[in-house]
Amino acid sequence: MGEHLGYGTLGYDVAHLLGAAVLVLSFVLLYQRRVGAMINSYATQAWVLTAAACWQGWAQDAPQLYLTGLLTLAANGLAIPLALHAIVRRLQVHRSIDAAMGVFASMALGVGMVALSIMVVLPTTLHSGSLTREDLALALSVVLLGLLVLISRRSALTQVIGVLSLENGLILAAIGVDGMPLVVELSVAVLVVLAFMVFGVFFFRLRARFDSLDVAHLDRVGGQHR
Amino acid sequence: MSPGMLAELLSATGAVVLLPVLAAAVLAMLDNRVIAGWLNIAAATATFALACLLPWHMAAGTLLLVDPLAAHMAILTSFVAMTTAWFSLPYIATEAASGRLEPRRVRHYHALFQAFVAAMLMALLSNNLGVTWVSIEAATIAAVLVVGLPRTAEAVEASWKYFMLCGVGISLAFFGTIVLTLAVLPVVGAGPDSALAAMRWSALPTAASHAAAPLLNLAFVFLLVGYGTKAGLAPLHAWLPDAHAEGPTPVAAVLSGSILNVALVVILRLRGVMDANPAAMAPGPPIIVLGLLSVLLAAFSLWRRRDVKRFFAFSTIEQSGVAAFAFGLGGPLASFAGLLHLTLHTLAKAAVFQCIGHACQAKGSQLFSEIGGLLAGHRALALTLAAGIIAVAALPPFGLFTSEFLIVTATMQQQPLLAVPLAIGLVVGGWTLGWRLITLCVGPATPDTGPARGPLVLLPVWLHLALVAVLGLAMPGTLVAWFATVAGSLR
Repeated sequence: MGEHLGYGTLGYDVAHLLGAAVLVLSFVLLYQRRVGAMINSYATQAWVLTAAACWQGWAQDAPQLYLTGLLTLAANGLAIPLALHAIVRRLQVHRSIDAAMGVFASMALGVGMVALSIMVVLPTTLHSGSLTREDLALALSVVLLGLLVLISRRSALTQVIGVLSLENGLILAAIGVDGMPLVVELSVAVLVVLAFMVFGVFFFRLRARFDSLDVAHLDRVGGQHR
Repeated sequence: MSPGMLAELLSATGAVVLLPVLAAAVLAMLDNRVIAGWLNIAAATATFALACLLPWHMAAGTLLLVDPLAAHMAILTSFVAMTTAWFSLPYIATEAASGRLEPRRVRHYHALFQAFVAAMLMALLSNNLGVTWVSIEAATIAAVLVVGLPRTAEAVEASWKYFMLCGVGISLAFFGTIVLTLAVLPVVGAGPDSALAAMRWSALPTAASHAAAPLLNLAFVFLLVGYGTKAGLAPLHAWLPDAHAEGPTPVAAVLSGSILNVALVVILRLRGVMDANPAAMAPGPPIIVLGLLSVLLAAFSLWRRRDVKRFFAFSTIEQSGVAAFAFGLGGPLASFAGLLHLTLHTLAKAAVFQCIGHACQAKGSQLFSEIGGLLAGHRALALTLAAGIIAVAALPPFGLFTSEFLIVTATMQQQPLLAVPLAIGLVVGGWTLGWRLITLCVGPATPDTGPARGPLVLLPVWLHLALVAVLGLAMPGTLVAWFATVAGSLR
């Protein structure tokens, strides 16, 4: 249980380490400049998340978290990255990424996001166990960094990776709360897969319509000016 | 899933959700377009009939919750779904004939329509915060796919934007859901089903009254921003005009009416949760701010719209803002007025979108510059559209006049200063609607390119407008009592 896991105990330290690793991988996603590397970073993030879920399952003595971990591994860690690689090959996407923001600016903003989420979460969760608090702060950071990836990229493919990594943050939040029902985590997993399938459909439609996955083309259609 | 939950799903209440799910499954496999259209109508009508029985099945189970608010909104949603299914039959046939919709996609359309309705009804009737979230997300995915069905670049753009913005919004709402669960878990106590118990809408207000206030505040902010996106509230409204303008018109009618209502109902319930804890932040002011911002932003954006569907989409943002404003004010009068407004606007806006759908098909365009002088060639359509726009502009004799009047009155009583910006927004919005009414109906007629239809296709629209008029002129005593019951159950 979260309460008897304090600083210095193995359960706490490993959970903390894995959560932090998920966050670090969000930063890696933020500065990647090649599509393939970005997909791999996303897959790595999902694997670390799987480890985090299984570890929490052990630490909280909640066997259903193993199932969450398994689903995360199957969907976010294997199926989706493989599908993304296949799409990159099929559509012959440019391998380098057109970013709307420089590395330094995006990293500085990213650090700001982490500081923000710590400032928001830690003072408001004084009544909860320290593991839950820190896990929630890490999860919110991952969510905000996912948003940052989303707004700092122009290609539809990389925007989707931003959203998917944001969903990783949500799973991280869900596994950190002691006693979260399995239904919630399962539904997140199912929705990630569903959402990804919808995205896949869109890639092909975008490609067919605009001959590119660059969302700047979308603005040029000019619907919003009418 | 426990046997108890399964029993709930198979009850009369669960049937309201299960029927459209089954219909979606059957329609997904049915290739015959004519049969599919009629089956769609049959399923939607049966769902409405089942929903009408909900007030006699009030109960709070593990999975499903039927309280006055849920019953009311479910009846409204299924009613709009039913008339939209009627409207879809000729509309989709024309779209398919003109090549704007591929024949095989007509099958997708019917299946997704039913899936969309099922997800919305589930969101309204669920007694679990998490299930509500999942249902709204499922409804979003179904709606995104329908919006993207026409084979135009604009439709792809619209559905992309819809998915991205709502995906982000709904993710923030999920984070809020987790934090809210975390806040009430210690109150509910440990146990195998404690987390499920903590996430029950029916138990949340009581649990929240003993929960830690800072956590509740954090949860509320995330949930408000998340569900505010789905309710089309500024500043996260950007998806709404695109989705309404580019998707098939029947979907715009349902989107306008229903998915926004679902999100507003969630915000309304959250208001009750926050109110239960005196130490937590007051939920009213943030909701008022978002509502007022939407009203003003939409009212002033209306002037510059050149696309008919986009124009009425902005009008929807305005009306959603008005309802949110009323819910933010709180109190018996404002809650009653807000609920009445939500109901009447849903009916009136669906009617307008159906008329607009016919007009756009007749003129072959959705630009104001190419739809004019409807009175000359399409007298019945023009008069019906005019009545619909007058209703949406909240002019007498329609019921929206009553609801907006009540909202302004409540504002005068509770926050006199806020009445000024609200009135400015309402007047500017109403003025623009009147101006557009004139350009659409009067003046030299633009050439027709589509098929002309008899006035019979307007039957569902007349039904909507008749309801809005009756509720404005002479609301029956039982309905007044019903609205008061629903508004009373909010506190």
